[in-house]
Amino acid sequence: MSLFNVFTISGTGMSAQSVRLNTTASNIANADSVSSSIDKTYRARHPVFAAAMQKAAAGQEDSSVGVKVLGVVESNKPLTVEHNPGHPMADKDGYIYKPNVNVIEEMTNMISASRSYQTNVQLAESAKNMLNKTLQLGK
Amino acid sequence: MAINFEQALGIHPQTLAVRAKRAEVIASNIANADTPGYKARDMDFKTALVQASQKQQSGMTRTHAKHFDVRSELNNGVQFRMPDQPDTGDGNTVDAQVERNLYLENSMQYQASLQFLTGRIKGLKKAITGQ
Repeated sequence: MSLFNVFTISGTGMSAQSVRLNTTASNIANADSVSSSIDKTYRARHPVFAAAMQKAAAGQEDSSVGVKVLGVVESNKPLTVEHNPGHPMADKDGYIYKPNVNVIEEMTNMISASRSYQTNVQLAESAKNMLNKTLQLGK
Repeated sequence: MAINFEQALGIHPQTLAVRAKRAEVIASNIANADTPGYKARDMDFKTALVQASQKQQSGMTRTHAKHFDVRSELNNGVQFRMPDQPDTGDGNTVDAQVERNLYLENSMQYQASLQFLTGRIKGLKKAITGQ
């Protein structure tokens, strides 16, 4: 029954978008976490999405394609180095290291992710309505 | 004229199956709206409906576990969509707005088919009770 697959597909969409929201929240929360060495500084992280083919039965073509999160990658943009000898986290040369999080980029990412999440919820909702109408068939 | 349930319901049961399949394909597009390299797909409704209505005659029964399953699924009308915008930067051709409208349209058409089916079933009921 294809309509039930819509729930699976929009479910994968919702979980992928919520991973994206999670990483965005983590990036924004850590946008100002300074540290005293390059290695320990927080780096912006983003999920990588990929299409998840679902070969349910043999001989069946995959018309239903969910989405999966392949992994979360850290951005390799350069960190912001600031000379601030008075800072408690400053290293021996007086430098502090700030994360490479672009807050504006993260905000737009957040809006985009939450819109996509909503779209997936609406898909499931309308598939539910279609199924409900089908159950009422002939009454 | 003998009452034949296959003919009484007309093309509508097959239409429903194709519409449900199309809902699945469009849902896949929307779920993958942010996937790099994903290509949007849709069904050629005419091809899919023709295949769906021929399927009833062409299905073969498997009498042994080692027989091939020759029943074809109803998804052979699935094709890639021609993108409006050839290069989006990440190879994704899904236009979320277009897909949402198509999903809505498909869902309304599904419900229209349901209405037709309900009408046919009511007619049959009337014929059976004779009142």
